[in-house]
Amino acid sequence: MCKDCGCSVTEAHHHDHSHETLHHNPQLNDSKTIDVITKILHKNDHEAAHNREHLEKHHVLGINLMSSPGSGKTSLLEAMADLADFSFAVVEGDLETNKDAQRLKAKGIEAYQIQTGSACHLDAFMVHKGLHHINLNEIDICFVENVGNLVCPASYDVGMHLNIVLVSIPEGEDKIAKYPVMFRKADLILFTKTDLLPYFDYDIESEKRAARTLKPNVDILEVNTKDPESIKKVLEWIAFKHRFRS
Amino acid sequence: MHEYSIVSSLIELCEEEAGKHQAASVKRVEVKIGAYSGVEPHLLEVAFATFKKTGICKNADFIMHIQPLKVRCFSCGAENELITNRYCCPKCESPNVEVIDGEEMYLMRLELE
Repeated sequence: MCKDCGCSVTEAHHHDHSHETLHHNPQLNDSKTIDVITKILHKNDHEAAHNREHLEKHHVLGINLMSSPGSGKTSLLEAMADLADFSFAVVEGDLETNKDAQRLKAKGIEAYQIQTGSACHLDAFMVHKGLHHINLNEIDICFVENVGNLVCPASYDVGMHLNIVLVSIPEGEDKIAKYPVMFRKADLILFTKTDLLPYFDYDIESEKRAARTLKPNVDILEVNTKDPESIKKVLEWIAFKHRFRS
Repeated sequence: MHEYSIVSSLIELCEEEAGKHQAASVKRVEVKIGAYSGVEPHLLEVAFATFKKTGICKNADFIMHIQPLKVRCFSCGAENELITNRYCCPKCESPNVEVIDGEEMYLMRLELE
């Protein structure tokens, strides 16, 4: 908050907007320029902070899963259900259908589906509504499975603590370099479907270097849902992060 | 195509500011768009032209300032703009940098009448 007037300016910009309105001051001509300096998505960011507070009250760690469609977000969650020591729930985002939520419920995972209609991303308001359908007292981790899209979800803080971004081998090389805004947001990058590596010309080491060029401190793991050891590593990473939220 | 969602937040913000200042209309909207904010400036322009048709911004010019990515180096203290995707200090090559601008979208200034 700006100390002088309580406006929504949050950074130390100098601004001298008078609180007189246009019609109060006869000195003013027809037009007047005012400095605003407010984030365009400040309402979303405010709601996102509220979502985080809500999770923190319940000692729940929130994780936003993002990737292209079909890179294995739901499969990862299914695989984790069988092996996790912690309990988790999922807020699902898709344009249409509740198929993903049904898949998870069939595995005994609490899931709530948000249908975005034509919206290509989830925002903090949608996730807030979703969180009201989740019993936070019963869980350690709350996942948001974002709409499959490597562009739009990167612009919206949905109020989780960490971002996991998945990229699957069949998507082909250069995804990380092509979508830098998304991969910059990642706390953990998962290379998925690594069992398909023998069938694709995919230089995974070069992709890892691309990721670390973009974000030097990013964590990286390889995942193959048929290999429980690879899933366990993801679970360990999550459990480690959760320890700092309780 | 989340540019439409972003423009609808922007126009809402303009309406609020215009209301606070009892302005009859908005003549100019100036925004700062980070090169790494994840929006496509051209699409944002198109979306603004579409959405402004009704309401207080209908005659508003839309001015975009594209903000390149700017980093501050923890090792040498230099502040520089980054031209490539390589997140390190252009001066001393340290990867220990923090982004200080170029990842956000701001409404900067409004001309009201």
